[in-house]
Amino acid sequence: MKIVWPKLLVFLACLFPFAILLWEVVRAATGDLSALGADPGEAIVHRLGQWGIRLLLITLAVSSVARLARRPGLIRYRRMLGLFAFLYLALHFVAYIGILAGADLAEVLADFTKRPYIIAGGSAFLLLVPLAVTSTRAAQKRLRRNWARLHRLVYPALLLGVVHIAWLAKVSYVDAFIYGSLALLLLGERVYQWIKRQRSRARPAA
Amino acid sequence: MTLLIRQPSKIPSSEITPESAYKSRRAFMGTTGALTAGLLGALSMQAHAASELSEILRSRIPAGFGAPDFAEPITPFELASSYNNYYEFGLNKSDPSKYAHQLTTDPWRVEVSGEVAKPGSYTLEDILAPHDFEERVYRLRCVEAWSMVIPWIGFPLGDLLTRFEPTSNAKYVEFTTLFRPEEMRGQRVSGFLTSIDFPYLEGLRIDEAMHPLAILAVGMYGQVLPNQNGAPLRLVVPWKYGFKSIKGIVKIRLTSRRPDTTWNLSAPQEYGFYANVNPKVDHPRWSQARERRISASFFNKKIDTLMFNGYAEEVAHLYQVMNLRQNY
Repeated sequence: MKIVWPKLLVFLACLFPFAILLWEVVRAATGDLSALGADPGEAIVHRLGQWGIRLLLITLAVSSVARLARRPGLIRYRRMLGLFAFLYLALHFVAYIGILAGADLAEVLADFTKRPYIIAGGSAFLLLVPLAVTSTRAAQKRLRRNWARLHRLVYPALLLGVVHIAWLAKVSYVDAFIYGSLALLLLGERVYQWIKRQRSRARPAA
Repeated sequence: MTLLIRQPSKIPSSEITPESAYKSRRAFMGTTGALTAGLLGALSMQAHAASELSEILRSRIPAGFGAPDFAEPITPFELASSYNNYYEFGLNKSDPSKYAHQLTTDPWRVEVSGEVAKPGSYTLEDILAPHDFEERVYRLRCVEAWSMVIPWIGFPLGDLLTRFEPTSNAKYVEFTTLFRPEEMRGQRVSGFLTSIDFPYLEGLRIDEAMHPLAILAVGMYGQVLPNQNGAPLRLVVPWKYGFKSIKGIVKIRLTSRRPDTTWNLSAPQEYGFYANVNPKVDHPRWSQARERRISASFFNKKIDTLMFNGYAEEVAHLYQVMNLRQNY
């Protein structure tokens, strides 16, 4: 029972951006033009995507911090964070289709074949689907060693997400730079751990 | 009616909105963003500074303007004045309405140079004096695939250019936006992560510039142009993507060679010199076939983009011999 409270807090924190967005949607829908600005649809899609990639970065950061700070207990928050990242990105995806593409299947299809930034973002999302599906403890047991292998798909997904952001920028690469640097930092930590493992494995033989 | 041009009419002075009513309307309209807080104070301060230019402008905008009847719904003023691409004031669309009040628009001078018989540095009062203002309701189509319908107040650009007596070598017109980083905070942060340079440059071919639909605007919605919309003087070329309609103009140069333009310099494969609205030629990264019309309704409706933004009948002849796929 001790660990329930912090988990609940993380859960509520993850819901917080969504609650704020929902509140702004209600205000905008009831005629408050200042709530989501002139183009509420665009604002909704943008906001969901932003929180999606932020939560994805936080999810990866949890593993890094757990390793570097020798706090393996932190790992218990990872699944929930990852699933929330997926939830925001799924809503981002749905909102793009429903609002920006006007629920026009021909337009969605054209986007997915012609627009590089949408191809990058769409593929990133598709890579995350099997990870969400296999996030249960049962799947983890069933897949054994392959589970960890499968879940490395999060790395290409994250990089594709950064590419998606960079390719849709018009003047400013500030967002792409910030998210890209954080992504590289977190991937760099993993490379560092991998090199360390290789070395410690090589030592007894030497 | 797809085109609405309202000429000034003789209005009895009794019908002109009393100033108190006008000010309370302004107070109502200024509810967006940071403007609200200082508005009352700013109004009294403005009264002290006796902003002569805006008084002149106000007195010259006919009272009948600002409530036009147009076939498509007019975009609410609150949105047209709070959703702006004006990178001189920041990268977000909400930045210009937050920070453009820092700009001093009076006094204002426009330098006219190049292939003209009468070059010189003109005060804005000189520039505006002989022109009658008209109300023009135009669609504004942004290259980002959203659009608005805005009632502008201004006068034909061609009428102004004619006054400077262009020479036979004048084939193009180049416009420059004010460069004043002290008052335009976006100009202070250009760096390695941003891709456009200041001052902002735009240009037109002379026949485009002389076309009666191309106007210089000083107002919108029956009032003086808000700073974030390009006060005190901006271009409006309704058949081209919005970035051609340069704001805060301080230089007009007539040239024999095609001028450089900011977006074309930034990404030549994405933004051409002509930038005519064209649903058949996509931006390399997104479709231009449809647009989201910014309106009061919650989800902006997606509508088909029209060739030359719906002004084909008036302007298509300018481009008859051109390949519009190459000259995007």
